[in-house]
Amino acid sequence: MKGKSRQDYWKANVRLIATLLVIWFIVSYGFGVLLVEPLNAIHFFGFKLGFWFAQQGAIYTFLVLIVFYAWSMNRLDREYDVEEQ
Amino acid sequence: MDIQFLTYLFVGGSFVLYIGIAIASRVGSTKEFYVAGGGVSPMANGAATAADWMSAASFISMAGIIAYSGYDASVYLMGWTGGYVLLAMLLAPYLRKFGKFTVPDFIGDRYYSNVARTVAVICVIFVSFTYVAGQMRGTGIVFARFLEVDVDLGVVIGMVIVFFYAVLGGMKGITYTQVAQYCVLIFAFTVPAIFLSIMMTGHVLPQTGFGATLLDSAGNDSGVYLLTRLDELVTELGFREYTSGAKSTLDVFFITAALMCGTAGLPHVIVRFFTVPRVRDARVSAGWALFFIAILYTSAPAVGAFARVNLIETVDNAAYEELPQWFYNWENSGLIAWVDKNGDGRVQMAAGDPFSGTPSYSGERGSHGERLLTNAPTDNPSEVYIDRDIIVLANPEIGNLPAWVVALVAAGGVAAALSTAAGLLLVISSAISHDLLKKQLKPDISEKGELLAARIAAAVAIVIAGYFGINPPGFVAEVVAFAFGLAASSFFPVILMGIFYKRMNREGAIAGMLVGLIFTFSYIVYFKFIAPEMSTPEHWWFGVSPEGIGTLGMIFNFVTALVVSKLTAPPPASIQHIVEEIRVPRGAGSAIDH
Repeated sequence: MKGKSRQDYWKANVRLIATLLVIWFIVSYGFGVLLVEPLNAIHFFGFKLGFWFAQQGAIYTFLVLIVFYAWSMNRLDREYDVEEQ
Repeated sequence: MDIQFLTYLFVGGSFVLYIGIAIASRVGSTKEFYVAGGGVSPMANGAATAADWMSAASFISMAGIIAYSGYDASVYLMGWTGGYVLLAMLLAPYLRKFGKFTVPDFIGDRYYSNVARTVAVICVIFVSFTYVAGQMRGTGIVFARFLEVDVDLGVVIGMVIVFFYAVLGGMKGITYTQVAQYCVLIFAFTVPAIFLSIMMTGHVLPQTGFGATLLDSAGNDSGVYLLTRLDELVTELGFREYTSGAKSTLDVFFITAALMCGTAGLPHVIVRFFTVPRVRDARVSAGWALFFIAILYTSAPAVGAFARVNLIETVDNAAYEELPQWFYNWENSGLIAWVDKNGDGRVQMAAGDPFSGTPSYSGERGSHGERLLTNAPTDNPSEVYIDRDIIVLANPEIGNLPAWVVALVAAGGVAAALSTAAGLLLVISSAISHDLLKKQLKPDISEKGELLAARIAAAVAIVIAGYFGINPPGFVAEVVAFAFGLAASSFFPVILMGIFYKRMNREGAIAGMLVGLIFTFSYIVYFKFIAPEMSTPEHWWFGVSPEGIGTLGMIFNFVTALVVSKLTAPPPASIQHIVEEIRVPRGAGSAIDH
């Protein structure tokens, strides 16, 4: 794996961040703010779905995103041989 | 044992714990003082960050704000958690790799300019002082309510405790006391939340009880969802639905963005990520921090909804003499007031304020035994004033919980206020001793001299913060908009571009910071202090409230910085090399080693 450059590592990192931030945007600003009215027509247990995203779902998603990012970057660090020794 | 005694025991016990930790973690070097020697485990740093971050406002006021504003309070829930995603991906790992002590340190080095460093120092001091004054006040208020000491004396006690572990132990002392404070505050918050959830819905987890059906007084399933019932109750009283909002969508969008980017740009939060050993730990640590914060932030909306239902069902249309004891207790503390407008002896709730302002009692009692008021009543049918802080402070009593839970809430409130205050004070002291003194005024200062300067700066900062705690400027409640708006419009863009845009130069960064800062500052000062009567959606730019204006300031910062940097010379090659280095975890130092 020595042939892979630091530039490629950085590009892969930026791609990953961009993907995860799209999800971050959709669950909070999308489901919780912009689309909250139409989503509230859907019921999820005792919640209106838009309201649930705004007060619960977005926070759970944020946590999953950080955990996934930390895990993916540890793999990426090894793959590009840039991890700390 | 009575509540008073238990409260002294719990709060006193927690102080002994904090001081013990402070003595155990005395420091001898500036690296230990500023960043705890860089050896804090990611999980411990996560807990410390959570305590650092969750202030007296998060602990005491947030559930109450949610209870009263329903969906509109989502801006705080999403805004104050979503910022950690930005921190974990866009800032923390690279700043950790950069490996300096402070935020102005990064800005000064990356933008090869002491002007940029000084602008950053001014921002740090301003943001942190506005924030810390509120924390000192919060400590005093908790003391006053639970221990029946004077608010000012409470502030002084808080100062002495913080002085002890911040001056002695620096970041190291603060880190480990914050871990202990996190445990105290999260226990104090979740125990009443769980009791309340079981009582109202039979669910142990408040997060699932929030979406469950209510139990009736006999303990049987009523088949009615909590939130459905809540929507019915509040609309009957003339409020809008709990689950829908009154703020404009654009404003909600802007406020959420300002709080998220502000969180990611707050120096006392960023600096916590300098204390972990490795880059990978910084990423994991952001996850732990959000996990610990999410425990409180996902319980709080449930607590708010439970408490609101409970409050309406207990109080609305009840005869004053038949109300539960807590109502009279908190009326005596000045957080509840009742004015019997229609003379029927019953307490009516309705939309709108019962009278303007906070209650001012005449000192006499009415025919039902209520405290009479000098405030002029309003025209609407609303008769009862209930301070929002009641939701958390009185929850244990409203839920008939044992006395030790009440005492625990007091210790939790103090822990939340002290932990945030200490984190802020450290940031102020390191900005002065490191970024002003060592990096600019007296570069030849010895290690020992710098450490002494840091301790003196911390001590002076505590005294100033205490002064503002005792003599609060009238705007303490308004400064939250300031701290987040300024952090979002100044630090967040320049740090982000410093890492992700190699071509960003000194001129662009300074121009961007100044434009973002001055714009946001002026807008907030104008609408909050100069012309508060103008602060309505018709007058706001694009309908954006002062709370959300930091987002617009941030956009101006980005645009200005990009335009100016295009028109001026690129940064020197050595700086571009630094940027490439901070993008990869492996250290330059360890590469030389083998």
